[in-house]
Amino acid sequence: MLEATELHVEFSGRGGRRARAVDGVNLSVGAGEIVALVGESGCGKTTLARTLLGLERPTSGRISYDGTPLSYSGRALRAFRREVQLVLQDPMGSLNPRHTVYEAVAEGPRIHGLPDEEAVVADALARAGLRPPERFFQRFPHELSGGQRQRVVIAGALALDPKVLIADEPVASLDASVRGEILSLLLRLRDDLGLSALVVTHDLGLAWNIADRVAVMYLGRIVESGPTGDVLKNPQHPYTQALLSVLPESPNRIVLTGEPPDPTRIPAGCRFHPRCQLVAAGEGKPECSTQPLQILPAGTAAQVACYLATT
Amino acid sequence: MSNVTWVRRRRAIGRFWADFRTHRAGVVGLVILAVAVVLALLAPLFIDASVTNVVSGTGAKMAPPSLDDPLGTDESGRSVLLMIWWGSRTSLLIGFLAALLSMVIGTVLGIAAGHFRGRIGAVILRVTDWFLVLPSLVTALVLAAILGGSTATIIVAIGVTSWPSTARLIRAQTLAVEARPYIERSLALGAGHWHITTRHVLPNVAPLLLASTTLEVASAIVTESTLAFLGVSANKTSWGTMLRGSYDWGAATAGAWWYILVPGLCIVTVVMAFTLCGRALETVLNPRLRTRAHA
Repeated sequence: MLEATELHVEFSGRGGRRARAVDGVNLSVGAGEIVALVGESGCGKTTLARTLLGLERPTSGRISYDGTPLSYSGRALRAFRREVQLVLQDPMGSLNPRHTVYEAVAEGPRIHGLPDEEAVVADALARAGLRPPERFFQRFPHELSGGQRQRVVIAGALALDPKVLIADEPVASLDASVRGEILSLLLRLRDDLGLSALVVTHDLGLAWNIADRVAVMYLGRIVESGPTGDVLKNPQHPYTQALLSVLPESPNRIVLTGEPPDPTRIPAGCRFHPRCQLVAAGEGKPECSTQPLQILPAGTAAQVACYLATT
Repeated sequence: MSNVTWVRRRRAIGRFWADFRTHRAGVVGLVILAVAVVLALLAPLFIDASVTNVVSGTGAKMAPPSLDDPLGTDESGRSVLLMIWWGSRTSLLIGFLAALLSMVIGTVLGIAAGHFRGRIGAVILRVTDWFLVLPSLVTALVLAAILGGSTATIIVAIGVTSWPSTARLIRAQTLAVEARPYIERSLALGAGHWHITTRHVLPNVAPLLLASTTLEVASAIVTESTLAFLGVSANKTSWGTMLRGSYDWGAATAGAWWYILVPGLCIVTVVMAFTLCGRALETVLNPRLRTRAHA
């Protein structure tokens, strides 16, 4: 449904240095599918999410929705907004403190001039699990708990009846007990409404719990993707292996060395080779540091961008 | 606007008033202002412009306060009390309208400069800076001299020279508001420039604006008096033109203290009342000066 093709997003930083935040990404989210985009902070996953929403323009490559490329004219973008919606990490910050719950949820319908505003708002709140909705109309964000706030944000997105939800770290700022509730809400929305979702996260446990597919991002590229079970149980890419090895239940952990990645200076060859534990152990091949890797296609099967992967 | 919104508005106003009442100085200022405005509005019911007419002065020249003329008379035998009363209309009108004009220009340009970050914002910012370094009193004098003396030109002259600081303030606040995640959410919901600026930015800068307008009225009244004292006036009696008159007719050497002190004190009192009110509003409405959790 929502698809990114050969996507590049660059920012010009100070001194004319160009940061390649997203550096060639193919990614698709199918109907009714939940895809987790996993990666460490600064790997470009938020930029990718913003670009998929049309909030950032790609330097090259394109976003397409339902097969039609996204156009950045005002009208087309407005229509696109009704289909693809956003849920941000910090529910407190993403609600205007001066607006009541009602106004926050009614914002989308008002922008798009939907009829029967009050019914739409009540319905969206109920679907997001805030029942009875009328009880929440007059509340302000600061009067709600973190989980309730995130539900309000989700209701605000649902009020537009979208097909795809892009959630940027949707539960990172919530406590563990509330996390489960919000995640089961996302799963229920998928089952009830056929909603697709792209969940951006650094939390592999979260990906494991809700995603059908996982894409692991490193320094602007997707290095491994595939069905959740395949990727997380049998990781092929050394980076994914390292990420998984630091989970508490993992027997032997791999601690990555080297500098944290800098999108203004992407290494030649495989972008992960300076920190790769296999290269460090002397198992590297010459092309690791010389030959750039192919960009992974947007398929659903398990695939990995690594010269050392065994399969 | 739905019913739900109105319920919230009423509550917000109630809360605001409860907060404002705790600032005694602000309440004192508000009372003084209310008295001054009501008196100015009611003046036509009791007196008319003839009290400022030089030929209709009935008292002695520069007579000290007496029972007939409680605040004495001026050089033409006109009652200072009645002139002050009638003149308050001009002073307050110019003060309010000039402040309003300056606020409107400042807000529109400030929000535009903060919202459109690219070339438009940069150009507006340069223009603002340019106006900021212009000596505003001199500019106002020149403008009023070119445009001719009428109430409207004085208002315009004060209004177009005093907006840059407001624009700066509003721009800074706009930048702060637009960095918030809820703006991002609003954009993702499909909001355009108009929606963002009127639904999110304007309500957030409005409290600042109210406080700043109140202070601006005070400074506009002072500017009007200064302009009048320097000889640029609308040929209508105001507190400033009275001061000018007292200077022209040597009230100081004649020992006519009432002619100088009364308009001067009126200006000081009203300006102070506006300032007290404005400061109290600032404290109540500016989220940064508040200790309560909600803004």
